[in-house]
Amino acid sequence: MVNTDGFTEIRWHGRGGQGAVTSAELVAQAAINEGKYAQAFPAFGAERRGAPVVAFVRISSNQPIRVRAEIAEPDVVVVLDPGLLRIVDVTSGLKATGMLVVNTKKPPEQIRQEFNVNWSLATVDATKIAEELLGVPIVNTSMIGALLKATEVVKLESLFEPLRQRFGRLAERNIEAMKRAHEETLVRSKSN
Amino acid sequence: MTAQRIGIEVSRAIAIATKLANVDVVSAYPITPQTHIVEDIAELVANGELDAAFIPVESEHSAMSACLGAAAVGARTFTATAGQGLELMHEVLYVASAMRLPIVMAVANRALSAPLSIWGDHSDVMAARDTGWIQIFAANGQETFDNVLCAFRIAEDQRVLLPAMVNLDGFHLTHVIEPIYIPEQGEVDKFLPPNQYPLPLDPDKPITMGAFAPPYIYTEVKKAQQVNLTAAKEVILQCWKEFGDCFGRHYSPVESYRGEKAKVLLLVMGSFSETAMSAIDSLRDEGKEVGLIKLRLWRPFPFAEIRQAVRDAEVLIVLDRAISFGGPGGPVCSEIRSALYSEDKKPKVIGFVSGLGGRDISPGEFRGIINRGIEISQTGSEQEFEMFGVRE
Repeated sequence: MVNTDGFTEIRWHGRGGQGAVTSAELVAQAAINEGKYAQAFPAFGAERRGAPVVAFVRISSNQPIRVRAEIAEPDVVVVLDPGLLRIVDVTSGLKATGMLVVNTKKPPEQIRQEFNVNWSLATVDATKIAEELLGVPIVNTSMIGALLKATEVVKLESLFEPLRQRFGRLAERNIEAMKRAHEETLVRSKSN
Repeated sequence: MTAQRIGIEVSRAIAIATKLANVDVVSAYPITPQTHIVEDIAELVANGELDAAFIPVESEHSAMSACLGAAAVGARTFTATAGQGLELMHEVLYVASAMRLPIVMAVANRALSAPLSIWGDHSDVMAARDTGWIQIFAANGQETFDNVLCAFRIAEDQRVLLPAMVNLDGFHLTHVIEPIYIPEQGEVDKFLPPNQYPLPLDPDKPITMGAFAPPYIYTEVKKAQQVNLTAAKEVILQCWKEFGDCFGRHYSPVESYRGEKAKVLLLVMGSFSETAMSAIDSLRDEGKEVGLIKLRLWRPFPFAEIRQAVRDAEVLIVLDRAISFGGPGGPVCSEIRSALYSEDKKPKVIGFVSGLGGRDISPGEFRGIINRGIEISQTGSEQEFEMFGVRE
């Protein structure tokens, strides 16, 4: 479990169209609804479907957030597309005490070995969950479930309302996907 | 709608502010990073949530021209733009202020081409510095939302009748989701009275507006504008005070953060001032007597407040996110120097240009700017100003 002393910085890596920016926004809205301070924003630029994208979330339990620069030393990195592990330095700046959360079919031990991961690690097959429950491989809501299993930075229930507002009639299925990913996520601490 | 604290993108909050202000006419042309503001307003109008005319146009020049007409008939008028869009409406900006039309505009501050950059800095608005508009810089989403409401009240005040722009940093504010208090309609109605433009265009009572001025009268018109914009400061102060009374959030032209008894002050406009606060905290923790000055009101320029805020400091470091090529440095630094020149007691003013075209300035880099500023104040520099963080 990542202990961040009430201030958590999360960086999301995905591909345009996978919903990384939406994930960041929903988690920030959940935190704000809990009465916390939060900030979510994309890596600013001209995004294209399929191209690597980055989004950021800061959550503070008790103090307004002032820093507006991009997150260079995150506490948590969430990777929506396992293919990015080969082409993007997703763990750049990740704190030694940090956590890497990856959407992958592979078990955490295999990912740890294959990519030489020296951080706490959480994995889930979010693509399978999304395809089964949503019918499309859009993993943003599933990966929120994985994040919350790995960090508990906000309560799972706090996401229900933001998801309902965002997805309307598709909300319940997305909430299911989030819950199932939350259950199925495997977490391995650094020392294991 | 009841008052609530929600997580919302700042651009969307601006659209809600225009709805709560019950704006009558919006004319705008979409341009990054302003797009979400006008998309949301167009949607509010299309859904019937906002009873306003949205006039689509083919350019920013036409957007501002349409706003002129709307404001001239007494409609509460709003537009938004950014970067090249602000430059394309440039000549019309002067017409809005000289014709005393209380248009409110959000400017999602963006760099200027070339090379093409959609990202943020203050180059766009600095080129519009002398257009006669009231100009406010917001440091966060709440300030942006609040000051859009204030801008309507200030601009439409019968003692002012001038257009007002609210500047917010492109992307660093426009595209960020953060907590913003959205007041109830009733609270806004109490604070913001209906627009009562004194001499609206009316077919039954024809008047001429913006006619030509031969040499014998042009200077008098310009003098009137200058007197009027300067005098608007009192109304702005009064508006901010009453806003504070209504909503509990207080604004002033110049704000100090840990600036008391600071030997070294850093002055920043816009959202980067919030990041700079972290650098001030860490330097204070090391025992350095540093503080921050946020400049919120850019036009009319708050001479007295600036002089008061910096008079006891030894060094004043000014950050500009725009550049006057071949000139004395950034426009903010130039004006601060000019404002302090005749003072007996004043700090050394050191200018930096950084954060251009969307480049972040991290808390660590702000520390670097402050430390370099202190060094220059002791050793001097061969340059009029320095550009910080340039890869060479």
